[in-house]
Amino acid sequence: MTPDLIVFLALGLVAVGAAVGMLLSRNAVYSALFLILNFATMAVFYLVLGAPFIAMVQVTVYAGAIMVLFLFVIMLLGAEHLERHTSVDWQKPVAVLLGLGLLGMVGYLLVSGQVTLGTITTPEQGYGSPLEIGRALFTEYLLPFEITSVLLLAAMVGAIVITRRDAPNRKKR
Amino acid sequence: MVPVEYYVGLSAILFTLGVVGVLTRRNAIIIFMSIELMLNSANLLFVAFARTFEALNGQIFVFFVMTVAAAEVAVGLALIVAVFRSKSSINIDDVNSLRG
Repeated sequence: MTPDLIVFLALGLVAVGAAVGMLLSRNAVYSALFLILNFATMAVFYLVLGAPFIAMVQVTVYAGAIMVLFLFVIMLLGAEHLERHTSVDWQKPVAVLLGLGLLGMVGYLLVSGQVTLGTITTPEQGYGSPLEIGRALFTEYLLPFEITSVLLLAAMVGAIVITRRDAPNRKKR
Repeated sequence: MVPVEYYVGLSAILFTLGVVGVLTRRNAIIIFMSIELMLNSANLLFVAFARTFEALNGQIFVFFVMTVAAAEVAVGLALIVAVFRSKSSINIDDVNSLRG
């Protein structure tokens, strides 16, 4: 067993365990904290795979900004324990069964060896560095990158408009 | 190095957990978190294949996916807050009519 494999297995165990914990915990705050743990292990995976910039973005944007937003909303709404009844009680076993089916299909494809995927080799020096990513973003992917800013602006305006209370001065003059 | 099939397997497991979360939980916020989990499993696959083929495009796509996820979270949580205001509940079984 190589050290790479040991690292992969340990991190994978933590990631899957955190995801299962997110699904099973009754309290939404615990779910959010489990998801943060999952995102942190993902960041380490990205580092192992030679993507330091993506790992940094994962920690700051995902585990930082997005999950803090989640925690804010959970605590603002007081929505920690909202699970009561379900109107369809056969849904859970069917969902688990279908999920296992999905996993089984992917697993069969992988195990049966019908698809041959590449092997991971050692990357060349500087692969995935912020310099390389930035160069690609501002040359080859300049237009998508600029469109992203419009998307974020639209999301910001949308969030403000949706959460605003009824417009105070929209009455007829 | 670890063969890329292992990463595909891990990503499939995480994606399945996200699907099961969306289908079984009733709390809208937890459903949302499961969607984030699925997006992350796809991101992991992007980075793994980018490394396999020594191409940066995969990492750029992960960057864009993260941007879209951030926008989606902002709008989605705003929707959840708006629903909570009108129904005082975010159990998705209670949100079954189009009237506000």
